[in-house]
Amino acid sequence: MKLEGKIALVTGASRGIGKEIALGLARQGADVVVNYSGSKERANEVVAEIKELGRNAIAIQCNVANSDSVTNMVKETVDTFGRLDILVNNAGITRDNLIMRMKEDEWDDVINTNLKGVFLCTKAVTRPMMKQRSGRIINISSIVGVSGNPGQANYVAAKSGVIGLTKTTAKELSTRGITVNAIAPGFISTEMTDKLNDELKEQMLAQIPLARFGEPSDIANVVVFLASDDSKYMTGQTLHVDGGMVM
Amino acid sequence: MAEVLERVTKIIVDRLGVEESEVKLEASFKDDLGADSLDVVELVMELEDEFDMEISDDDAEKISTVGDAVNYIKAKQ
Repeated sequence: MKLEGKIALVTGASRGIGKEIALGLARQGADVVVNYSGSKERANEVVAEIKELGRNAIAIQCNVANSDSVTNMVKETVDTFGRLDILVNNAGITRDNLIMRMKEDEWDDVINTNLKGVFLCTKAVTRPMMKQRSGRIINISSIVGVSGNPGQANYVAAKSGVIGLTKTTAKELSTRGITVNAIAPGFISTEMTDKLNDELKEQMLAQIPLARFGEPSDIANVVVFLASDDSKYMTGQTLHVDGGMVM
Repeated sequence: MAEVLERVTKIIVDRLGVEESEVKLEASFKDDLGADSLDVVELVMELEDEFDMEISDDDAEKISTVGDAVNYIKAKQ
């Protein structure tokens, strides 16, 4: 196992890609804090699944856009497990609309959760990680943050922002044994993407060289790689995990 | 009171790898003791642990010399 004895915090881990990331880290030996915003029962199910794997886990409710809640979540993590080795900034929402029609609160909600949330969680974990002289921060961006996507100005701006934030965090923390990398998933089959209509899905499929949509485990596997010593000479990078959609 | 300076000095010597004689009250962490911004952040974190207090970001930004740190701690104790 690659992550024996490590403590991981995964935001937005009650479902979708985040859930699979939490389970993937646990399978490699990590104990996991399952953060959720609204889905308490599902977060508890993930905790139960992790415990079945023989690892420890707790669920913590926290809106990542709220600075006090984030501070408390990280404190509870360190109080419970004594350290924090891996942060996966995965929590994200969509409020799709054309720019012409996009309301200010649709813009703000997505920026607050998907970009400010990454900043707040990163800021909160720097303290324990700097003291430990080690840490792994893994930000889940999106391939549309690289390519752009009509109807998702807010989401794209946030995800693109995450890539810049990843590079800056990597440079600031590099001398303290902390690496920071991002993953840009392409089209992954989750509840978030189930909402899209079939016509759009067909269009997207036509643009994917590997000719299939990704599974959450395709992302989780790369998170495990970035969380482990296997990636110790990488920092500030954004890995496209998208079936070749954007090269 | 001298005890505060002594404990602060020890942390600075350990963290920044400077000689004890260089740690004067008027010495600036960045200009005189070779610290970068991140070193200062870490120094403040260690001072918090050593003296069991919380130093807010706003206050931490005002601490730039050894004397600033010592006075801040004395005022808070």
